[in-house]
Parts: sequence; structure tokens; C-alpha cells
Amino acid sequence: MLTNLISGDRPRSLILTGLLLAILLGLALAPFLFPGVRSLETAARICIFIVLVASYDLLLGYSGIVSFAHTMFFGLGAYGVALASTHMGRGYDALVVGAVLGAIASALLALLIGLFSLRVRAIFFAMITLAVASAVAVLVSQLSGLTGGEDGLNYSIPRELTPAFKLGSLFGVSITGKILNYYLVFFASLALFLVLLRVVNSPFGRVLQAIRENDFRAEAIGYRVVFYRTLATCLSAAMAALAGSLFAIWLRYVGPDTTLSFEIMLDILLMVVIGGMGTMYGAVIGATIFVLAQNYLQNLMGVASGATEGLPLVPQLLDPDRWLLWLGVLFILSVYFFPTGIVGRLRSED
Amino acid sequence: MTQMLLETDGLTVRFGGHVAVDAVSCGFRAGELTAIVGPNGAGKTTYFNLISGQITASEGTVRLMGEDVTRDPVASRCRKGLGRAFQLTNLFPNLTVLENVRLVIQARRRMGFNLFSMASSHTELTVAAMAILERVRLHPLSEQKVGGLSHGNQRKLEVAILIALDPVVYMFDEPTAGMSVDEAPVVLDLIAELKAEKDRTILLVEHKMDVIRSLADRIIVLHNGALAADGDPATVMASDVVQEAYMGRDLADV
Repeated sequence: MLTNLISGDRPRSLILTGLLLAILLGLALAPFLFPGVRSLETAARICIFIVLVASYDLLLGYSGIVSFAHTMFFGLGAYGVALASTHMGRGYDALVVGAVLGAIASALLALLIGLFSLRVRAIFFAMITLAVASAVAVLVSQLSGLTGGEDGLNYSIPRELTPAFKLGSLFGVSITGKILNYYLVFFASLALFLVLLRVVNSPFGRVLQAIRENDFRAEAIGYRVVFYRTLATCLSAAMAALAGSLFAIWLRYVGPDTTLSFEIMLDILLMVVIGGMGTMYGAVIGATIFVLAQNYLQNLMGVASGATEGLPLVPQLLDPDRWLLWLGVLFILSVYFFPTGIVGRLRSED
Repeated sequence: MTQMLLETDGLTVRFGGHVAVDAVSCGFRAGELTAIVGPNGAGKTTYFNLISGQITASEGTVRLMGEDVTRDPVASRCRKGLGRAFQLTNLFPNLTVLENVRLVIQARRRMGFNLFSMASSHTELTVAAMAILERVRLHPLSEQKVGGLSHGNQRKLEVAILIALDPVVYMFDEPTAGMSVDEAPVVLDLIAELKAEKDRTILLVEHKMDVIRSLADRIIVLHNGALAADGDPATVMASDVVQEAYMGRDLADV
């Protein structure tokens, strides 16, 4: 049963199993273990980024395809929900319609890009995704009548998913719609992650790995490489869009900066590399560490800076304003010591 | 006359001004093993590439069991029955030996677009792959990564993959190149076994004359991309064109 759920893809490392269980439990019980708006915000973001990063790993890690348009698909999903909620009015039907249309639009756009560029060399695909993603980002910020431009869109979602909805209290935590919303995000993310885990461990997933290893030979044993790459691209795009939809449901706001910016694309890349390419569990570890660092490194440094006040230079180095510097250092160190990512490293030790 | 399984008709490819394969017309019958010989640069491997589709012909046609496949992509030719082993070992280095063969069987059973079942649940693929690995004596190494195998074992895996493809036309490109003296017989015995299955045809690019003499029913000679001789081994080896033109001492010695 459990093996079936994780598609027979065991963590294959004791430490990794422990880490994954800790993350799963931490996220499942986040509203009770870490009460507070900020920690819930962080937990939801981790859930969503796990799906987003895992869907990117399907491309980069499993298929060896470099794409810079992943945030575009993420954004399409988010804007899908936002536009549906704006035009259809608040309601679950709007959320579902928005998410489904966003995913379909993403898959179609990915199909178009794929058919145009995946036939030729991989580098063209990367360049074209970059061009299309920039074009879409500009379009979204210019078409302010439809998308709200740089300001983005605010919209209402069903009341049961908002903080205004109160359900009483449990273990001393008052259960609001925000917590229900969190569980929607959590379970949807878990389900999407398990689907992705299944896909990479399916016969299709094996073909993708074969193509990544040696596309020439994959073709010579009878696999039409371009079809497999295109399908992987579409699937990955649709998954990213669904993650975007969850993000939109969670935030009740979409804007170019939160869903389409190139910074998020870089974050995704870093999370995949830190966690370990070509291992779905790497997405879990990478996203968790990265989002935690993004949200709490500054606090941690504030504390450290205060504690070392008497020393020369150290407090200045640890000033919370320097957090990006340290994030950069952490990234370089992790790539240096774990070239195969944290998961790759943990698995190779057993 | 038995049916031609594979025919090339005026098959030509040019790279710029250079004609690499020059109007080669040739048919290959079931149950026949044809050795393709010629000096380096004669166009043997290019001829193979044209047949299996890595290169598209400038002129002429390739027909597989009567069907024109000249414009077909590599993968569809493969599915129609053209199986090719490569001269330079060309495998999936980071996958296991078993996975390399399993992928081939999975391709043949058209299971590649199966997205939501567990690959490991298809035990019938594993069983079939293990049976083939046993034929090339690689079964004890099934769980090893291919990148770490010896050269000889990688060559054997090439042959295993070709067998797994179960093609109508087997194409071997120097299957024993670089193999040790005690490893080569495993591969040669297998080729002899395949030859015994009378409904296939085998094409063999080979330099080693002892191999050709023991296996070939027929030899075709390529020279500067063109077909220079075609016939049974004794006649071809004795022919003036072969002796003089370029096989030179090599053949004169045997």
C-alpha cells in the first residue's frame, strides 16, 4: 500500500527517510505545531514550491530539458484562478474552472513551444522558453485591463477558505477558514507530488531517463524522442500551473512579481540543484530548506548579530541586511559539497 | 526466389560534393548472412546509417519487406523491424544492465506512454529481459550500471539489445571489435544462432576474415561508396577487383 503510494521509489537512505518524514509531519501538523500567521504562510509556500520544483525536476532532472518558462506556467495557473474568480464571482466552481483552464492553457502553450523547438537542439528550446516567458511577463504587466497590470488582481474566494470563517478551536488553536485553506493546499500538493512520483517511476519515466542518458540510442530502440520530450514538457507545465492555482487560492492575490518574475525561476533552479536533480525527493528537501532560509535566515542572523555584538566585524557580517550574501554562500557550499544534491549525497552513502 | 526482406535501390548520399554512398542497389533475403567489407572510408557505416535512418538518403530508396521506409524516422524503422547494433558502444551508461534491455522490450510492447503504472510492477518485462541476458551470459551482472562494465561486456550488451529488439533485419557493425579472444566466441555463436532462425536476414560489417569465412553466406564489397562486388564468399575473395583494388594483401594472405 505505502510502497504503491510512493510508486516503489523508496528513499533508500535512513537519514533521508527521517528528513522526509519530519517534513511530512511538520507540514501536516503545521497549524498546530507552529501556530501563527507567518509560519502558516511559510508552510503553505513550502507545499506549493515542492510541487513546483518537482514538476521542474521532471523536465530538468529526468528529461534533461532546460526550460526558463516554468514560472510562466506557474503564473498561468495562478492567473487562471484569479481571472475565473474575478469574472465568475466567488465560488468553488470558479476555482476549479480557473485551475483546469490554467492547466490546459499551460499544456497547450508547452505543446506549441515543444513542437517548434524540441525537434532541434536542446539549447533552442531553452532560448525559446526564455523569449516566450519574457513576452508573457511583459504582456501580463501591459494588459492592465485584464490582468491588473503591475498591481495584479485581488479577488474573493469562498468564505470557508478565508480567515473570516471560524469553526471553533482545537488543541488551543482556533480553526479558521485559513487553516482549512492550508489543508486544501497541503493535500492537493501531496496528491500532485505523488502523481509526479508515479510518473517518473512509470514506464514513461524510464523512457525519459533513457532519453536523458542517450537520446540517439533511445530513438534507435524505437522511442520517438521528440514525442516523449514534448509530453514531458506538457505534463510539467500543467503541474506547474496547478501549483500556481493553489498559490492563487492561498494568497487571494496574483501579481507579476509573485507568480511570473524571473527571480522565482532562479529560486526553482536553486531548489532543484540543492535538493538533487533527478530525484523527486530532492524537490521536497530543496524547497523546504530554501523557503525556510528565505523566511527565517534574516531572523536567525538578527539573533546571531545581536549575540556577537562585542566582537569586531562579525556583527556587521551577520547583519540581517546581508542575508542574501549568506544565502549565496550557502548555495555555493551546497553545490561544492553536494554536487549531486542533498538527496544524491545521502543516497550514495548507504 | 525467397522474398527480399530488405532492399536498397540506387541508394545515394552526398555530403557537399562528396558522394559517401553511391547508388548502391542490393537486396537481402531471409536466412542469409551478408558480410559487408571494404577499406576504411568505403562507406560501410554510412550505408548502415542510411538503412537504419540516422542519415536520410539524397537519392534512392530503402524498402523493408516491400514497404518504402526511406523517409521514416529512426524509431519507426526500428519498430518496423530494422535492428541495429552500433560500432562504438552506444548504451545508457547510468542505467543498469537489466534496465537497458528492459527498455527495449518495453519499446517493442508499445508501453512507453504508460504514465501511471509502476514500471517495477511489469514483471513480465523483467523476466523477458533476464532471459535475453542469460543468452549473452550477462545475467550475473544484471544489477550493475552499464558505465562500469568492461568493454567486452558492453559489446555483449549491444548484442543483447539487438536480440531484444527481435528485428527482421539484424545489423551488426563490427560486433567483436576490441573484444578479447575468449569473449568473442560468445557473440559469434549468438550470431550463428540468429542465422539459424531462417526468417531473418543479417547484415554484418566486419574486418576479420576468419569471422567472415565462418559466418557469411555472401559478401558485398563497397569501394568509394559504390558496390564493387557481390557474391558468395569464395568468388568474391578470389575476384580480381577485390584482390587488386584494395583488399590487397589482407585477402591475398588468407
